[in-house]
Amino acid sequence: MNFETVAARPEAPAESPPAAAPKMTIRHLDFYYGRFQALKGVSLDVADRRVTAFIGPSGCGKSTLLRTLNRMYSLYPGQRAVGEITLDGENILAPGVDINMLRAKVGMVFQKPTPFPMSIYDNIAFGVGLYERLSPRQMDERVEWALTKAAMWNEAKDKLKQSGMALSGGQQQRLCIARAVAVKPEVLLLDEPTSALDPISTAKIEELITELKEDYTIAIVTHNMQQAARVSDYTGYMYLGELIEFGATDDLFLKPKRRETEDYITGRFG
Amino acid sequence: MNEHTHKQFDAEMEVIRSGVLAMGGLVETQLARAIAVLGDDEEEGTLDQVGAVEREVNRMQVTIDQQCSQIIAKRQPAAIDLRMILTITKIVNDLERIGDEVKKVAYKAAQTRGNDRLTQVRQHDVARTAGRAQEMLQLALDVFARLDAAAAAEVIDRDDEIDAGFLAIMRQLISYMMEDPRTISPALEIVFIAKSIERIGDHAKNIAEAVVQVVRGKDVRHASADEIRAEVAEE
Repeated sequence: MNFETVAARPEAPAESPPAAAPKMTIRHLDFYYGRFQALKGVSLDVADRRVTAFIGPSGCGKSTLLRTLNRMYSLYPGQRAVGEITLDGENILAPGVDINMLRAKVGMVFQKPTPFPMSIYDNIAFGVGLYERLSPRQMDERVEWALTKAAMWNEAKDKLKQSGMALSGGQQQRLCIARAVAVKPEVLLLDEPTSALDPISTAKIEELITELKEDYTIAIVTHNMQQAARVSDYTGYMYLGELIEFGATDDLFLKPKRRETEDYITGRFG
Repeated sequence: MNEHTHKQFDAEMEVIRSGVLAMGGLVETQLARAIAVLGDDEEEGTLDQVGAVEREVNRMQVTIDQQCSQIIAKRQPAAIDLRMILTITKIVNDLERIGDEVKKVAYKAAQTRGNDRLTQVRQHDVARTAGRAQEMLQLALDVFARLDAAAAAEVIDRDDEIDAGFLAIMRQLISYMMEDPRTISPALEIVFIAKSIERIGDHAKNIAEAVVQVVRGKDVRHASADEIRAEVAEE
């Protein structure tokens, strides 16, 4: 890949929207870390109850894009997004948006498993308690439901009082997914959810992603291109803050439209 | 196409690609030998050679298929690399089949000698159609080497000439057989030879279609000539 071809490219390509109905729409999104522009005019639709993957080399802006979808960046002064992101038609970048409610609707799981230093049960109940008042029995049910959704009820049911930190890396990550699922979000953001995991745990999480998309809209950032190919319905290739190509995963990995994408996914990059 | 970040990947792909071209070269030479037998001007020992080289071609098919499986397992090729590997497994299959047909042509051509009435058909009409198939095979391998989709579309078009040649031979043979029943047995042998040549044209066409798929990412195996021309003309 050479920089001229990217720089000389006309306007960001008009991305064909996915055939499935959009859950979130992103339009002309720019993002700044202070004076550094990390996203440039990104526009795409995140399809409802489908998996949308973002791939690209380090620093291309894919994690930044994910972090805008639940305004994770608002925690940090000096970071700002310009443009429009809608969730069910409502602009989440508009002033006055309740960020806590937004994050309840748009949950996030990070690269490294981040269980709270508390029991498995409390790891899940803690977040639920922030948004809902449930009876102990209802809470028990919710914890079981979330662990079942995350495919770890059988492993965890006999040690709910044990510390979440004592679990294996793969189990910790599934606990984090259970925790994210427990507050019944509508969208799940996964930022390199398996990069710290062994292949078996990775396979379990990928299996889980496929099951979760029945009920949730999922956006995933991954460095593992085969993972994007395996789990996603739509894939976006990003480079230097721009969305170079976005389309159905089946097409993108067999016959990408853009040379830059082809170079990246065939390992001819850099 | 740029190089892969893994240089070894490029090296492995190049081994496979040059293996296909070497196999194609052998099959071309085989076809030239068969045409010599059709024209009664082959060198001493040609039939033995045809048999030995045919076994070599079979061996190459197995080797290249193995290399393709290994590269899929090790490298998980995507996009153009994946299309290239999948296509090569089809191309070596076609080349191996051409090898089989060529062997049949050479052996049967030697068997039909001795019937003077059909010598004319064998030496001229059949050999000429075989010559066209030879050209077509040569061009198909050439477009594979250059990955030239537009030229591949022209190769695909040429299959019609060979089909027409086959039908013309059929008509001629039918006339001979009706005139003189003693020609029926050798004429049937020539029918098989002509059919083999017609099949060689089909396999060469498959190779050209595979090249379009590598370059354009579009499967044109059952597309019309117009559709194929439109596909390669785009961009």
